[in-house]
Amino acid sequence: MSSHVEYVLRFGDSALVLAQQLSGLVAHSPIMEEDVAIANVSLDLFGQARLWLGYAGELEGAGRDEDRLAFHRDASEFRNVLLVERPNGDFASTTVRGYFYDLWSYLALGNLTQSLDRRIAAIAEKSRKETAYHLRRSEDWLVRLGDGTEESHARAQRAASELWPYTGELFMGDDVDVEMARQGIGFDPERVREPWLERARLALATATLDVPGDSWMQHGGKQGVHTEALGYLLAEMQVLPRSIPEAVW
Amino acid sequence: MVSIARILDLLEHVRDPEIPVVSITDLGIVRDVRYDGDMLEVVLTPTYSGCPATQLIRDDVERMLRAHGVENARIITQLSPAWTTDWITKRGRARLSEAGIVPPGDTVPCPLCDSTHTREMAHFGSTPCKALYRCDACLEPFEYVKPI
Repeated sequence: MSSHVEYVLRFGDSALVLAQQLSGLVAHSPIMEEDVAIANVSLDLFGQARLWLGYAGELEGAGRDEDRLAFHRDASEFRNVLLVERPNGDFASTTVRGYFYDLWSYLALGNLTQSLDRRIAAIAEKSRKETAYHLRRSEDWLVRLGDGTEESHARAQRAASELWPYTGELFMGDDVDVEMARQGIGFDPERVREPWLERARLALATATLDVPGDSWMQHGGKQGVHTEALGYLLAEMQVLPRSIPEAVW
Repeated sequence: MVSIARILDLLEHVRDPEIPVVSITDLGIVRDVRYDGDMLEVVLTPTYSGCPATQLIRDDVERMLRAHGVENARIITQLSPAWTTDWITKRGRARLSEAGIVPPGDTVPCPLCDSTHTREMAHFGSTPCKALYRCDACLEPFEYVKPI
């Protein structure tokens, strides 16, 4: 598979996996307004995933459309970052995972709007506007939970500490990133590390949360090496089209 | 061939399936109408990438054109420049207001009592483009089309 296809799949798969996670929370949120919000964020991410995967399929030229790519690939063929496959957990975990992702996504999409690949630039421009709202909400909630009750603070801190080792991968480049940056299609992921850290540290401080210390950073998702959690997620997401490929709805 | 002016007039009558008080031209999602030879091209842009109305709107446009004798038509989805609420027309804003949905602006006045003592209850609402608000003066809950 070409670097170009791999690259587009990475953004599409991350959006898709997070969208699927959030859809599982619909009707389980602590309050009605958040249920509506989670459904909306999920919907935006599904929409973004469709744009990315549709384009990846066209680039690949092997006749796979967005549905084929979403429903008929195994975990090892997915290119999402590990962060988004972390389980939903409690509301604090969902919030912190969302915040870490939204902030990275917002910065990454900003870089992609400069892509020489005009289709990538257009998808990024569209997605970035939506992501700005997602980020605003997840950052608000991070502060409300961290600077909230003793219980919400403890849960938010635990979530931040548990998810922190999955943030490093967001900034780790590999051969695909290097190649795409060289061609002006993509960017060096290292470029968003400092802006991400700066804003995340400020938000965590405002939320009265400790910034987790340096730790071993998990990685491999972008290359198809995933955690166990992705298998369960895909099993649920793919069961219908895999069992009844002719099904239409 | 049906004239562009006539096509635009027809499109004025295609309603947003989720907010039927406004048409797709009111919302500013019709970006261009042109002929490529004898093929009519209607360029649409989605409001939000995951908005479920997008496909319905495409279908409605196709149906409307066919019902008025336009057989050769192609609907093109254009992502860039990305849709902005600045493209909602004056008439679209007026229609939203009449329906009690506050159009995007610097202030968010209550649609019932005009008080500006309103606050956001949630960043998101019943459709991707709206947020939930409440008036602190008369307690009316209402929706606001968030600027994007």
